[in-house]
Amino acid sequence: MPRFMYIWFRHLKTDWFSRRRPELRMLPFVLSSLQQGRVVIVAANSLAQAQGIDVGMAVADARAVLPCLEVIDDLPELASRLLKTLGEWCIRYTPVTAIDGEDGLLLDISGCPHLWQGEGAYLKHIVTRLRDNGYDARAAIADTIGAAWAIARYGRVKPIIEPGEQLDAIRSLPPAALRLDPVVVARLNRLGLVRIGDILSLTRQALRRRFGTELLLRISQILGAEKEMIVPIEPLLPFSERLPCLESICTASGIGIALQRMLEALCAKLQQDGKGLRKAVLTCYRVDGQVIRTEIGTSRASHHAIHLFKLFELRIPLIDPGPGIELFVLDAAATDEVSSLQQTLWAGDTDLESPALGELLDRLINKLGSDVVHRYLPDERHWPERSFKAAASLEEKTAAAWPCDRPRPVLLLSSPEPIEVSAPIPDYPPMLFRYRGRLHTIKKADGPERIEREWWLEKEEGQHRDYYSLEDAAGARYWVFRSGHYGMENTRWFIHGFFA
Amino acid sequence: MSMDQRNIIARLQQEILPLQGFKPVSLDAAADVRLGPMDRTFPNRRFPTGAVHEFLSSAPEQSAATAGFVSAIAGMLMQKGGVGIWIGCRRTIFPPALKAFGIDPQRMLFVDLLQEKELLWVMEEALRTEGLAAVICESPGLDFTASRRLQLAVEKSRVTGFVLRHTNRSPGTVACVTRWRITPLPSRTEEGMPGIGFLRWNVSLLKVRNGQPGSWDMEWREGSFRGIVPDLKSLSGEQRRKTG
Repeated sequence: MPRFMYIWFRHLKTDWFSRRRPELRMLPFVLSSLQQGRVVIVAANSLAQAQGIDVGMAVADARAVLPCLEVIDDLPELASRLLKTLGEWCIRYTPVTAIDGEDGLLLDISGCPHLWQGEGAYLKHIVTRLRDNGYDARAAIADTIGAAWAIARYGRVKPIIEPGEQLDAIRSLPPAALRLDPVVVARLNRLGLVRIGDILSLTRQALRRRFGTELLLRISQILGAEKEMIVPIEPLLPFSERLPCLESICTASGIGIALQRMLEALCAKLQQDGKGLRKAVLTCYRVDGQVIRTEIGTSRASHHAIHLFKLFELRIPLIDPGPGIELFVLDAAATDEVSSLQQTLWAGDTDLESPALGELLDRLINKLGSDVVHRYLPDERHWPERSFKAAASLEEKTAAAWPCDRPRPVLLLSSPEPIEVSAPIPDYPPMLFRYRGRLHTIKKADGPERIEREWWLEKEEGQHRDYYSLEDAAGARYWVFRSGHYGMENTRWFIHGFFA
Repeated sequence: MSMDQRNIIARLQQEILPLQGFKPVSLDAAADVRLGPMDRTFPNRRFPTGAVHEFLSSAPEQSAATAGFVSAIAGMLMQKGGVGIWIGCRRTIFPPALKAFGIDPQRMLFVDLLQEKELLWVMEEALRTEGLAAVICESPGLDFTASRRLQLAVEKSRVTGFVLRHTNRSPGTVACVTRWRITPLPSRTEEGMPGIGFLRWNVSLLKVRNGQPGSWDMEWREGSFRGIVPDLKSLSGEQRRKTG
């Protein structure tokens, strides 16, 4: 049997302003916004309401009633933002929370209250926490969403309706508790139907004829004959673990233990379904209402609890426990099928597909960022610095082969550095060159190897390069090139690499 | 010293080696690293795999020679497949060139870091990963504690690590198994032929635990190391005077 809880925030927006500016707590104040050329009150606090000022009045009229009234500009989107935050805060009590309209939260609490020793204590706990934080909240628990909504807003007797008793509980409530259109409510009132009990005594045919199907639907919903769907703030993930803590946790080792326990449970579930984790999000709900998120990613689907814990271990120092964490939620945000790798017969050699390598890379990437690990594939380009490209993945292959017919230096400078050269005759290798202030006398040389520029890719004018391999008297080997033809005005010499 | 005593000492030496982290590797499992004339200088008469080696260099030319020499060893380690990792901060290694040293550049992963202090952490993590063929790290700084950690990591995983230290400072004491310095040597071409010959290096093994340090001239030719005997003609005047 499902159970629902509805929390109604009577003065949601004004409570928030009072929380931010404590001096407002003792003053009647309203929030106003410009609507069709009039400044209209959109929210009023309880003190203002006690003076007869309510939502929908023009500010000028309200000022006439109460000259000392404080008027504050309304913030658009404030209500939905506040409800979202409050809804996320409520996830510590149940995983399914939803926003209802402008001023309410709906919680599917089926199977949750026993953790707080029953529904009475559960409701009291939530309402007390909200009231301590300055929110004027009313809550009710019932079998149906409609009944919880009605009792929270209009109930006067008791907030918790025992299973199956919603009919008796709503009989004495006004028709507005049925969540109806104001026009229909006005019509009901005009006809003298001022209690839900009066409406229920009429036949369904008569109701449908006079008030349309909406009223019948609402009645079915409140009594539980018709199911209602709720849209949770956080979509429920198939693989998710929750760990509520009796004592709030504020040490790194405590977080570690909690993580280990959740990961083991999560991985057992994943393993059963043959799935592996690609992305996991750890959400820590702090006692003071803050929510801290941290996430990890893996390069390959994994349900290896120890490995995943190692990835999270690097993040633990970044989690600020503040006054303490009371609930951990671990969600598998992305999962994939695990390709069950056949274990290699001769263990010892890693392949690019081996899980051990994948786990190492996951650790590096999660600590240092995704751009630290590179793997290169040959690229069919002319210039040496462009003759290789970064591979997108460990599996990527290319049809191009590594060129190995020409000598290539083992170290290549990221950009060629200019050198001073003296060469005897055109297109002969240099006799000597000066690099970083040192003179190198060339004993042996090879070349030239002309490498054309890639004019079809380049925007600016460039020159071809003539590369020479040189060896000096000490045996050091260099790769230098002349950019452009010999003896031209813009011809320059560069050193580009060192041979082994 | 009589023959008996020498045998006893040799046997004791063999018993000490495993205690120091030199585990005798079964012949078929071990990658075949052959260093020509240098092989007999190492404990167990084999280049120690599953250990951390330290290479010093001070000029870019020496760095290039070291990179070539290490690539050649890593190429031998990666001959039967396997993956290598090359870690550096301002890496200038040119991937296509690795092909010449027997490495398939696609099987080499490059880790490029922004901060030097992360180098050794990455290296340690990599060395802990069982089954990697070679882990090469260009890290100028390496102190005794860090090198001890690396050594402990490889004793478990049997990965071979290389630390390339490009530094002008004194290298200090480290717990690596060997310390090397590779200097390029002039290549030799046939009389009257133009061009540059096969790569030649002077390989000096400054330190080797339980082995015999020394200096060798080596040539990298067709995928293997060969020792070269310095011929008197190629020696400079000063060197000739030294050797007599």
